[in-house]
Amino acid sequence: MPPTLVLVGHGMVGQRFLEELAERGVTATHRVLVLCEEPRPAYDRVQLTSYFAGRTPDELSLTDPEFLARHGIELRVDDPVERIDRQARTVTARSGFTVAYDTLVLATGSYPFVPPVPGSDTTGCFVYRTIEDVLAIEEYATKHATTGAVVGGGLLGLEAAGALQGLGLATHIVEFAPRLMPAQVDEGGGAALLRTLTGRGLSVHTGVGTQEVVASDEGTVAAMRLSDGSELATEMVVFSAGVRPRDQLARDCGLPVGERGGITVDGLCRTGDPAVYAIGECAQAADGRVYGLVAPGYEMARTAADAIASGTGQAFTGADLSTKLKLLDVDVASFGDAHGAAEGCLDVVYSDSRSGTYKKLVVGAGGELLGGVLVGDAEAYGTLRALTGQVPPVPAEQLVLPAGAGAAQALGPEALPGDAVICTCHNVTKAAIQSCATLPEVKKCTKAGTGCGSCVQLIGRLLPDSADQGLCGCFPHTRAELYEIVRVRRVTSYAELLDTHGREGARGGEGCETCKPAVGSIIASLAPAIGVDGYVLDGEQAALQDTNDHFLANLQKNGSYSVVPRVPGGEITPEKLIVIGEVARDFGLYTKITGGQRIDLFGARVEQLPRIWARLVDAGFESGHAYGKALRTVKSCVGWTWCRYGVQDSVRMAIDLELRYRGLRAPHKLKSAVSGCARECAEARSKDFGVIATSGGWNLYVGGNGGATPRHGDLLAQDLDDAALVRLIDRFLMFYIRTADRLERTSTWLERIDGGVEHLRDVVVHDSLGLGAELEALMAEHVAHYRDEWAATLDDPERLARFVSFVNAPGAPDPTVAFVPEREQIKPDLPLLAIGSRRAADLEGTSA
Amino acid sequence: MTTATETATGTATDTSVQLRLDGGWLTVCAASCLTPGRGVAVLLPDGRRQAALFLDRSGRVYAIDNRDPFSGATVLSRGLLGSADGRVFVASPLLKQRFDLVTGQCLDDDEVRVGVYAARLGA
Ligand code: SRM
Ligand SMILES: Cc1cc2nc3c(=O)[nH]c(=O)nc-3n(C[C@H](O)[C@H](O)[C@H](O)COP(=O)(O)OP(=O)(O)OC[C@H]3O[C@@H](n4cnc5c(N)ncnc54)[C@H](O)[C@@H]3O)c2cc1C
Ligand code: SF4
Ligand code: FES
Repeated sequence: MPPTLVLVGHGMVGQRFLEELAERGVTATHRVLVLCEEPRPAYDRVQLTSYFAGRTPDELSLTDPEFLARHGIELRVDDPVERIDRQARTVTARSGFTVAYDTLVLATGSYPFVPPVPGSDTTGCFVYRTIEDVLAIEEYATKHATTGAVVGGGLLGLEAAGALQGLGLATHIVEFAPRLMPAQVDEGGGAALLRTLTGRGLSVHTGVGTQEVVASDEGTVAAMRLSDGSELATEMVVFSAGVRPRDQLARDCGLPVGERGGITVDGLCRTGDPAVYAIGECAQAADGRVYGLVAPGYEMARTAADAIASGTGQAFTGADLSTKLKLLDVDVASFGDAHGAAEGCLDVVYSDSRSGTYKKLVVGAGGELLGGVLVGDAEAYGTLRALTGQVPPVPAEQLVLPAGAGAAQALGPEALPGDAVICTCHNVTKAAIQSCATLPEVKKCTKAGTGCGSCVQLIGRLLPDSADQGLCGCFPHTRAELYEIVRVRRVTSYAELLDTHGREGARGGEGCETCKPAVGSIIASLAPAIGVDGYVLDGEQAALQDTNDHFLANLQKNGSYSVVPRVPGGEITPEKLIVIGEVARDFGLYTKITGGQRIDLFGARVEQLPRIWARLVDAGFESGHAYGKALRTVKSCVGWTWCRYGVQDSVRMAIDLELRYRGLRAPHKLKSAVSGCARECAEARSKDFGVIATSGGWNLYVGGNGGATPRHGDLLAQDLDDAALVRLIDRFLMFYIRTADRLERTSTWLERIDGGVEHLRDVVVHDSLGLGAELEALMAEHVAHYRDEWAATLDDPERLARFVSFVNAPGAPDPTVAFVPEREQIKPDLPLLAIGSRRAADLEGTSA
Repeated sequence: MTTATETATGTATDTSVQLRLDGGWLTVCAASCLTPGRGVAVLLPDGRRQAALFLDRSGRVYAIDNRDPFSGATVLSRGLLGSADGRVFVASPLLKQRFDLVTGQCLDDDEVRVGVYAARLGA
């Protein structure tokens, strides 16, 4: 039995702790079990307010279900721990579920403090901490209230006030201290903030306390009585008067807690019991403080994971309390020693009440920057925060003056040293950020910018001017990013994706011809994994497909279509050849052997397609997907069965591979070939994945291409047995599908990705990203769910209904589709063009 | 205006789609024959002319001439809909030129325009 680690609380710090554990391999050696009180896994509490700007609870999620599955982490949501028995080393949850632990980690966070005033539990009183809270606030505000009051003018209070105002309520803020945000800003900053917020229509009451919440006859909130004797009419109240560590569980089992709350821990986040750790907002750190911010919590998560993995680690001794907030379009930031507590420090202040700008820097005796407060213009926040502790390269007064105000241009991020910390949430330096090229890359590789988000602007300025990487005018994301969004968020419809992730101006619109097929293909290739039907003709999917996918055939220049049945490996019986011949003859189609070892039948009208396919399906043919961004053909050479040089059965392998990957949707078409020996008659090295027989098995080549820019594939692995070959191809294809751009063949993709074929080999052969099992599972899903699209179409009258030339004359053929004879077959009779035809090369190919 | 968003499922209480033709309204099909974001072709009574009929996400119908002026093929009804700067367009399935569905103007070539028909959801 592996040792068991139990985590109590799946909040922001809890989730980070799990990631740190996984990184250190602890999830592989331990059974890890998480007990979560909330009805959903961890989400981004810091961004909670963005719910009111349209972010859905799903979008706030921090937890990729596959992360948990991949690392074997068990999660029980909606089941809070009620008791810890340190003697027996067990925890018991509300449901009665009891589990024994070897290591216990408490990450229970905080609860909102509600001042014990009479009436504070009246209907219409809320707190502001969880997704459930914001849902409840929204519901109540929209149904029952036109005015609202927030108790507390700190960071969270202002966020809550912004939310209420955004919901259309006349909003009051009641703050006991003489100024807003007393913890962060000084008097001057508070005054600037007050002016600006009042100007934006908020009613601010400072220096007064709340004495009572007064209820109406119906028992709902009607007013608040304040300490100055006045009464404030309001229909709802949101308490945001600070938080308190949730240390009750620890108290109940006798663990030491701090004087003002918080489970006492040492530098390695251990509590008084060596088997029990506490991290995040529920803990009182070794420096005696309880941190109410996420960055220190993340550091504690790292420290505790280190300690659990190796028994040591860098002790957590305290953290930065910088914050930046943007609400109602007002920037407020404070960093370092904002209140000038250090001995002998001096202030440099710039204040302009016309524009609501207030900036103060605190400078040490040696000229070093110690901290500051910025209100109204926090543009320099990132740079200044990163310079904290150093002597700035220009005089402090120049740092607070607005750009162009007589002073030299204030300091840009170029001036920062490489080791300056840009993202304090994740402790990422300028140098680490500059090792990446784009913001998405920075977020992916360093996590910078994925916490509070306040450093994102500065990160942008540190990166080379990157052209917009977006897929098209509708989405700012690359195809690979959209793939991740669809996969993780399980988005099953294009409209939903466009309306939630599209560019601002594109939401609610029609989308475009570029992203529709790309998203259609992503949804199709993830279909089993996200729980949708993979059939490409149904429902909304129907409207996303290029005409070729829509009619499951290839559009030709005169409006007719071609038909390509699959001929796996190019092997075909005489009976089947005869059927193809008969069908072509009966429907008058032009036939040609393709470059892909199969037969193409040209000149079919839309309404003929079902009848042609009925005959072909009857004879055992399937769709060849000549129309799709999908697997085309796996060509073969005749191999050892007949050929005197052959060393393996290349035809059998080609057939196996073609049947395995048929129907697989990809960013671009996929081609393959299998040659029976190094003479390479199947041209496998010009294929996306090519296989060449050796006396010891198979060599696998990837990234080959014929077409416009020919490229020979790179050798990925040698002398593989059948099973290993298939496993590597599974991984290779799924990794390509996940990360490639739209219309990017494997050859260009391989040339583009960092580290090229070495990196690919690491991922696919050595499983360096630990993705192997997941990629194989995705492919297994694909294989298990494959159905022939044409057979499925023929089975369904509704699907067949679209195969007509005219909606109002279903039987009528299109009179403009006409043919003339040539070399004993037909060719299109082309209408005279009104406009000279465009060079097709200027435009993107349709398919094949 | 009636909404036609549920038409994809083909309900019994279907409205019809009508085209303005030679001074009158011609009923061409039931609204349930249209899928938002896609088109269908309509053969006009002269047995020669063809219109391409589309439904967008918001339930609005459009009709333009079905002939793609760049290739001469009558295929515009098989293109994909899109919108740019608030203008709804269809992209030709052949070489992808885009045509504004309200004006018929080609968005990729100022000198090219296709004919348009007034279209509506009728009783
Ligand atoms: C039918 C066929 C030619 C033939 O008569 O032999 C063919 C026909 C088309 N090819 Fe091809 N290609 C055909 C084999 C090939 C081959 C040879 C092969 O597969 O071994 C190649 C080079 C190998 C490769 O892809 O690396 C080939 C490289 C292309 C390319 C260039 C791709 C590239 O990466 O540069 C395009 C353009 C595109 O996809 O954007 C293209 C695009 C097309 C299109 C879709 C052009 C278009 O947009 O209409 C043609 C439509 C076919 C149709 O309507 O049915 N076809 N095409 C062959 C069908 C093979 C099959 O059985 O499915
Ligand atoms: C609106 C808002 C805005 C914020 N903005 C910022 C910001 O800009 N910058 C910043 O640094 N910080 C900000 N914070 C604070 C930040 O969210 C917290 O510091 C952070 O979430 C702490 O993480 P945690 O895991 O310790 O606690 P939490 O995220 O609160 O997670 C604790 C979890 O434990 C669960 N739990 C408690 N008891 C039990 C039990 N007995 N059994 C099982 N589960 C239990 C709780 O339900 C909760 O889900 C903000 C907070 C809010 C509410
Ligand atoms: S590749 Fe080798 S086995 Fe295959 S046909 Fe050519 S010579 Fe024969
Ligand atoms: S500083 Fe918070 S995300 Fe970077």
